[in-house]
Amino acid sequence: MDDSRSTPIRVLIAKPGLDGHDRGAKVLARGLRDEGFEVIYTGLRQTPEMIVDAAEQEDVDVIGMSILSGAHMALLPRVVELSRERGMDDVLIAAGGIIPDADVAKLKAAGIAEVFGPGTSIGQIAGYFREHARRRG
Amino acid sequence: MSDLRELLRGAAAGERLALARLLTAIENDAPGLRDLLPALFAAGKGGHLVGITGPPGGGKSTLVNALTEEWRRRGKRVGIVAVDPSSPYTGGAIMGDRIRMMGHAADQDVFMRSMASRGELGGIAAATWMAAAALDAAGYDPILIETVGAGQSEVEIARLAETTVVVEVPEMGDEVQAIKAGLLEVADLLVVNKGDRPGADLAARHLRAMLSTAGGRVGRKPPPILVTTATSGEGVATLVDAIGAHREDARGTEALHRRAGHQVQRALADLAVRRAAQHPAWDATVQSVADRELDPFTAAQRLLGEEA
Repeated sequence: MDDSRSTPIRVLIAKPGLDGHDRGAKVLARGLRDEGFEVIYTGLRQTPEMIVDAAEQEDVDVIGMSILSGAHMALLPRVVELSRERGMDDVLIAAGGIIPDADVAKLKAAGIAEVFGPGTSIGQIAGYFREHARRRG
Repeated sequence: MSDLRELLRGAAAGERLALARLLTAIENDAPGLRDLLPALFAAGKGGHLVGITGPPGGGKSTLVNALTEEWRRRGKRVGIVAVDPSSPYTGGAIMGDRIRMMGHAADQDVFMRSMASRGELGGIAAATWMAAAALDAAGYDPILIETVGAGQSEVEIARLAETTVVVEVPEMGDEVQAIKAGLLEVADLLVVNKGDRPGADLAARHLRAMLSTAGGRVGRKPPPILVTTATSGEGVATLVDAIGAHREDARGTEALHRRAGHQVQRALADLAVRRAAQHPAWDATVQSVADRELDPFTAAQRLLGEEA
């Protein structure tokens, strides 16, 4: 764990949209717990509004979204937009799941910090969050 | 410090992000937090503090969701702190209490915060308490504290709440004797949840019979026992009424004094541990106890600066 950080990083793991497959999200939640993160898991079928409202109340450092349905271009940029509207400018927003390469650049341009495709290890994701999540006093 | 005051002002004015960040400062025991406490407590608006506890899997989260729905119907603004255990090995935690609450996520009159216990001795009770004070300053009423009823710290949180609801399930059966001395003792209201399962009414009858004769509640009458089915909402309105009725009892002179006593005891223990831990001879003194040269009580006296 990063020496400059004395408190655990808080991560919201959410499943936006209508696909009903949350195995990956659950495996990630558990993996991040084992890496020392505090993970708030919100379950299936969330709207961008619900995700951002939960992230605001929980004051998380990271929002991680898993999406397999193909609706990522409709849903993920909206989460960034709502977060910024609420003044959550310093929250790291990342995504994972089945997302075509052609869309990754567009998502990054829309403010998604990173997109983790199939085969990414939990260690890689944990490392990325540790490196890029905001620092707290 | 001025930052924290700014957050408190924002939280009291209804800014949700300010409240969220104030709660983070409380969780992290941020610098300057101690100095904020007088203002934090003075900003309290008198919200009813309700503890919800009971064994894992008893349906607490579902019941909290059902209670929230009923309170919202009655025009109440509901604040919730849900405490989950941290892993003692990695310090991480998974908090899933929101799964059942997401229907309220966008409701501006419901505020829910998940807190990991972070395993620090006594620390969770202190942080939970301050978190409840922050929700009170923000005008939420009632304020629910949901804990996993698995140990001493939960009993402690229950003691600090004004009204403690212990949630059991019909299948508890023979476990009744085992839990009698712990959670049941602190219950102001006992709920047998999953009331649609066979045996729920029988379990309620057993509890009633047992508690009418049980010791450990000197000077207190046995708690009302209610049956709910949180998934369908059955019995939830009655439970809300019972919690409301208990609010009056909880604010009687004697009850207020007893609870304040627990709060001060808690704060004393916290202060004493913090002060002693800064003593330069901490390690050496602890080692003397390990080497059996010193008894723990004398060691504690020395660390507190009392010569013994």
